[in-house]
Amino acid sequence: MGYLDGFRVTFNKLFDERVTTEYPKEKRPKPERFHGRHVLNRYEDGMEKCIGCELCAGVCPAKCIYVRGADNPEDDPVSPGERYGYVYEINYLRCIHCDLCVEACPTEAITESKLFEFSFANRRDAIYTKDELVVGDDGRPQQQPWELWHDGDDLNTSGWMRATAPSGDPTYENRVGWSGELGYGVRSPELGQHAAADEEVAGEGADAVPHDHADDGTDAAHHDDDAHSASAQGRGHH
Amino acid sequence: MSGDPLFIEGVDWGDVGVMGFKVVIAFAFLLVATMFMVWFERKLISDMQNRIGPNVAGPWGLLQTFADGVKFFFKEDLRPENADPLVFRLAPYIAAVTAFLSFAIVPVGGVFEDVDGPTGMVSIFGKNTYLQVADPPIGILLLLAMSSVAVYGIMLAGWSSGSKYPLIGSVRASAQAISYEAALGMATVVVVLLAGTLSTHGIVARQAGGIDTWFVVSSGVVPFVVFLIAATAELNRPPFDLVEAEQELVGGFHTEYSSIRFALFFLAEFMNVITMSAIMVTLFFGGPAGPIFFGLDWLWPTVWFFAKVVAFLFMFVWFRATLPRLRYDQLMHLGWKVLIPLILGWLLFISVKELRPVYDWNPVVAFGGVAIGAIICVALLVAALRAGDRAYQRDLEDV
Repeated sequence: MGYLDGFRVTFNKLFDERVTTEYPKEKRPKPERFHGRHVLNRYEDGMEKCIGCELCAGVCPAKCIYVRGADNPEDDPVSPGERYGYVYEINYLRCIHCDLCVEACPTEAITESKLFEFSFANRRDAIYTKDELVVGDDGRPQQQPWELWHDGDDLNTSGWMRATAPSGDPTYENRVGWSGELGYGVRSPELGQHAAADEEVAGEGADAVPHDHADDGTDAAHHDDDAHSASAQGRGHH
Repeated sequence: MSGDPLFIEGVDWGDVGVMGFKVVIAFAFLLVATMFMVWFERKLISDMQNRIGPNVAGPWGLLQTFADGVKFFFKEDLRPENADPLVFRLAPYIAAVTAFLSFAIVPVGGVFEDVDGPTGMVSIFGKNTYLQVADPPIGILLLLAMSSVAVYGIMLAGWSSGSKYPLIGSVRASAQAISYEAALGMATVVVVLLAGTLSTHGIVARQAGGIDTWFVVSSGVVPFVVFLIAATAELNRPPFDLVEAEQELVGGFHTEYSSIRFALFFLAEFMNVITMSAIMVTLFFGGPAGPIFFGLDWLWPTVWFFAKVVAFLFMFVWFRATLPRLRYDQLMHLGWKVLIPLILGWLLFISVKELRPVYDWNPVVAFGGVAIGAIICVALLVAALRAGDRAYQRDLEDV
C-alpha cells in the first residue's frame, strides 16, 4: 500500500486500549523505592530516632535541611541516646529527593515516604518543621491539610532500608537490616533490585543479626507503646 | 437567487420571513456544528493516539469547546505596538465572514429524484423553497471567490501584526492558497463541465438517480482526489499546515492574536472544514442523495447529507492523525508539478469525451489526439522538470 499504510495504523488505533491514567481519579501504583516527602521515624516505644547529628544536613546537595541538636533532658528523654534533634526543618522548595540524607542517617531516623502530592500557597509553608515530619503515634506519616492523600497512599510509606550497615556497625556491612520502628516493629528484610544476592544475604542476615544487639536501642526500649507514645508526643514540642 | 422557487412570483413579507428563517437556522447550525467539530476532532485524534481526550466538561467532554469559547471572551485582548490598528481588527472578521458565506450555497436537503422539472423543493410555512440559503446563478464560483477572499483575512492578519512569525506564516499561507486554488478550480471545472451549470442546486439535481451518476464516479475519481488534496491544502489542514507550523512559526499568522479575535480565526478554520466537506459532498457525492426508507420523505435526504459530511470530517481528522507535514518545496512540487498537470490533462480528456457525441467526432481520432497530446505534454513536463533539477544541482555544487 506504500503511502497509505499509515492510515491503517491510525485507524486500528481507534479500537486499541487507552493508555491514559486519569490521574487524580485513579492512581498507578508507585515504584517500591519511590522518593516522596520525608518522615522522621520513632522507635517502637515512641522514642524519636533522630539524634541531632546533622549528617543529613551535611550531605544534602540542595542544602534544604536545617538541624539543631540538643542534649536530652535527663528526666524526660526524647531519644534513646545523649542528644536529640531539637530543630528539624526541610525546605521542600529546595529538596530534590535524592535520598542522600536517608543514606547518611546513622539511626534510620529520616526516611522518604511515597507521598508527593503537596503544594503551598507561600514559601513559608514549604518548610516542613519537625512537628510535621515526625510520624504519628501509629507510626504513620501525619497528613498535613495541604496534602492530597487517597486510600492506601500512606501504606508502606515509612522507612526503606539503607544500602549500608545500620548504625555504622561494621558487623552489619552488606547485611540488610531494620531497626525496630513505631507502627512497624522489626521487619524482615525486603528484597531489592538484586533479588538473588539479597535473598542470600538476607538468609544469612536473619540468623547473623542478633536482635538483642543494643546499638540501636530497639530492644533496650520498653514495648509499652501506649504509655510511651503519649509521653513522646508530649515531648514533641520542645 | 434566481433559481429559488421562493421568488418566482415576486417577493412578499412571507418570503422574507422564510429567507430570514433559513439564514438564522444556517447561522446557528454552523456555529453549533463548528463547536462539535472541534470536539469531534479532539476526541477522534485522541482515540487514534490511544488517549482519552476531553472528558471532563459535560458528558464525554461535549461542552469542552463551549468552555473554551467562554474562556476566550474573558481573556485580555492584546494588540502589539507595531500592529496596524484598523487592519489588525478587520482581519479576523474577513476570515469569519467568508467562512460563513461559503456555506450559503450548499443544498442540505430536499428530494432530488427527477432530473426534469422542479426538484429538491420543500415547503416551509406553505412556501416552496430549496433547502439552501441561496442558489445564485454563479453558484460554485461563490465558493472560489470566498476562498480567495479568505486569503486576505490571513494575509492581512499576518502583515498587520507587525511581527515576523505571523508575516512568514501569512506569506506561506497566501502562496499555498494561490497555488492550490488553481488545482481546486480546475477540478471544479470538470464537475461544472459535466453538470452544464454553475448552480449548486443544478449540480446536485444532475447527480440524482444513483451512485453511478454521482460525479465522483462519472468524472473518473481523479478530479475528486485532486479536489480533496487541494481542499486540504486550501484549508491549511495537516499535512499542509505549514501556515501555522507550530514548531517553526509559533502559531503562524495568528500568533499575535488573543482573546475573541483569535477565537474568530479558530472558528473560521473549523467552519471552513465543515463547509469544504459539504462542498465536496455537493460536487462529487450527490449532495443529499440517498435511499428514502420510511416516514418523513423530506428528512432522509438531510440525514444522508450530514452522514456524508461527517464521513469527510472523519477523513480530515484521519489525515491529521496520520500524515506528517510536508516541507515547503514538497508542497509546491505537489501543487504545481503534479496536481495541476494531472487535472489539466484530465480536463482535456473529459472535455473531448463530452464533446465527441455532440460534434460526432471520430473516437479514434479524438481520443488518439488526446493521448498524443497528453504524451507530448508529459514528455515536455518531464524534460522541464529534469532541466530544473539539473540547474538546482548545479547551483548546489557552486555553493
